[in-house]
Amino acid sequence: MKKGVMRPGHVQIRVLDMGDAVKHYTDLLGLIETDRDDQGRVYLKAWSEVDKFSVVLREADEPGCDFMGFKVVDEAALNQLEKDLVDYGVEVEQVPAEELKDCGRRVRFTVPSGHAFELYADKKYTGKWGVSSVNPEAWPRGLQGMKAVRFDHALFYGPELAAVYDIFVNVLGFYLAEQVLDPEGTRVAQFLTVSMKEHDVAFIHHEEKGKFHHASFFLDTWEAVLRAADLISMTDTSIDIGPTRHGLTHGQTIYFFDPSGNRNEVFCGGDYHYPDHKPITWKAEDLGKAIFYHDRVLNERFLTVLT
Amino acid sequence: MAEFQVFNRTTGDHFICQEGQSVLKAMEQLGMKCVPVGCRGGGCGFCKIRVLEGDFECGKMSKVHAPPDAVEKGEVLACRIYPLTDLTIECVPLPEAALAKQTTTKPLR
Repeated sequence: MKKGVMRPGHVQIRVLDMGDAVKHYTDLLGLIETDRDDQGRVYLKAWSEVDKFSVVLREADEPGCDFMGFKVVDEAALNQLEKDLVDYGVEVEQVPAEELKDCGRRVRFTVPSGHAFELYADKKYTGKWGVSSVNPEAWPRGLQGMKAVRFDHALFYGPELAAVYDIFVNVLGFYLAEQVLDPEGTRVAQFLTVSMKEHDVAFIHHEEKGKFHHASFFLDTWEAVLRAADLISMTDTSIDIGPTRHGLTHGQTIYFFDPSGNRNEVFCGGDYHYPDHKPITWKAEDLGKAIFYHDRVLNERFLTVLT
Repeated sequence: MAEFQVFNRTTGDHFICQEGQSVLKAMEQLGMKCVPVGCRGGGCGFCKIRVLEGDFECGKMSKVHAPPDAVEKGEVLACRIYPLTDLTIECVPLPEAALAKQTTTKPLR
């Protein structure tokens, strides 16, 4: 957080059918609908998040991710980061306050992998859902499905990872927590953090720009991941792989798809990161184990099925 | 409930698809692999096929992978089509880049 970027704040996901998508993200994932806007977008949050929304769904004829937003500590930091981006040669776009309801102004930019990101300082503070901020109970009653705890990170596929690294690390103050290097020493995957989490955003090399691999939501325990797997079967939801463990980050995970083909992850555990930690390296030759620690073999879908 | 025969001309496979069931789901339930399986949600384009004969209904598909002019020619995603009659289909080759990824051990490059 050395430059004031605090955490992932939101992700806007394109869906083919809003009704199906809302049912998936609320009934199955357990997010809570908090608002809708006149563009037809639906705003959702996970129960432990303090701001009004973290997931925005937009109906479109092509699924994928419109942008991911990071919250920064205050307006002064936002101003400085905006200046730093411009000085670095990154083109920034001003998105006015209230373009997303109850969210302050956003500074949007597209990195060379083709993905759009945003920084913002203000969003309506609604507090954790269903629990008080005074003498709070352990968890709220009435949660649905997987009872997702928070929107945690996203993984994007695209080219120009070195240029993306420069912006996130040198301009925005992220740290490289883990990487995959090929035999020539080229970084083909980078897991970046701005917190103690093992990643807040990640990129894997892919020739086509701007592809969305998954949005990930945190669960408390391995038991909760198994229960998520049960729910995926009960609802006949399209599964990708899991439950299993990653080598990278060592998180325990399951992957599945929303009704428009966007991949979701729920996971628990995972390593931690402090600024004095050196990056962990996985060899591309051992990518199977790096991604799926138990099978030690990649399923082809993980690398090629994207929105 | 009506059921329909699906014949994959590319692979020579036949399978039964129930009324209201997608072609891809019917194939997967029978343990067959004659069409590539991706997201199963009309989003990724992995299960693209060409319908040569027969009628079907279409669910929502990404316009990138199933643009209207291709759908007119019967190029659709198997996860999002529901037969109304027996169908004859063929596989549509994946783009070269995707095929390379399927067969190489260095898929991240």
